Amino acid sequence: MKKNSFVQGLRDGLPVCLGYFAVSFAFGIQAAGIGLTVFESAAMSALNVTSAGQFAALSVIAAGASYIELAFTQVVINLRYFLMSCALSQRLSPKMPFAHRFGIAYGVTDEIFALSVTHPAPLPPAYSYGLIACAVPGWVAGTALGAAAGRLFPPLLTNALGVAIYGMFIAILVPPAKENRAVAVVVLVSMALSAVMTWAPALSGISSGFRIILITLLVSGAAAALKPISEEADADAP
Amino acid sequence: MRPEILLYILVMAAVTYLIRLLPLTLIRRRIESRFLRSFLYYVPYATLAAMTFPAILTATGSTVSAALGFAAALILAFSGRSLMTVAVCASVVVLVCELVMPVLPL
Repeated sequence: MKKNSFVQGLRDGLPVCLGYFAVSFAFGIQAAGIGLTVFESAAMSALNVTSAGQFAALSVIAAGASYIELAFTQVVINLRYFLMSCALSQRLSPKMPFAHRFGIAYGVTDEIFALSVTHPAPLPPAYSYGLIACAVPGWVAGTALGAAAGRLFPPLLTNALGVAIYGMFIAILVPPAKENRAVAVVVLVSMALSAVMTWAPALSGISSGFRIILITLLVSGAAAALKPISEEADADAP
Repeated sequence: MRPEILLYILVMAAVTYLIRLLPLTLIRRRIESRFLRSFLYYVPYATLAAMTFPAILTATGSTVSAALGFAAALILAFSGRSLMTVAVCASVVVLVCELVMPVLPL
């Protein structure tokens, strides 16, 4: 394990940790609201690390629905991780010991994925572990604190931190979009479609997880057909 | 921990972990198809963009503070600031905005 990559991961994971804290704090409050204990809420966060999936699970559990139903919701909401893992599989060195794939898989979240693909390929597993070691404690601690004492906190601070993760996404998207016109078009079209699907009355019933999958398939597919990447661009891909 | 809650948590954890694990363990080689490589090259950008907008507008206490945070993030990102700087400054803008807004004579 390379120490530098691990430390780099820890450092890069800081904004994720902050953002996670805010989101999971809100999650903790909601989990306590349906009667989960602090420990149960924190355990759910530690074992799942998926914001939308966990929020959805709360309503499924509160309704006392079946395990099958819960499994099905998770598949629909979290299927985007499948695409992310496909993309990530191409950024790993074939020489990397196989067992690391099990460790990296644990950390495939929207945010950790976003940072992992900005790391030059091949992605060192130590970098992933650094990100996980920094970000996941923020996710679990926020959950526990939200569940234990959420109602005592003013929402001002969590509101402010709620924007941190999106700020990070924007900081990831803008530099390559400035350099590569095809990427810029992909970003703008995806945002526009996402806005339409969120606000158009006929489409707004589609869950956020499914919306992201549809847009990703459609826009990446169209971009790949219209503007396939050159071999050089391939070498130092995102 | 109550057993039925534990079971709920384990079921969702197993499903979610498998979704993440399967592609990573099944795709062990470089994909040769140029179309698929191009597709996977664009995936992160499409996904992140779709996740960011319009969700960022409802991430805070009000659309106004969120929009200002969004604008701050865009400006800083365009001027090449680091992820941490952009994330923290956007949060500070939201915080200041939400502190100031209630006392403004609007």
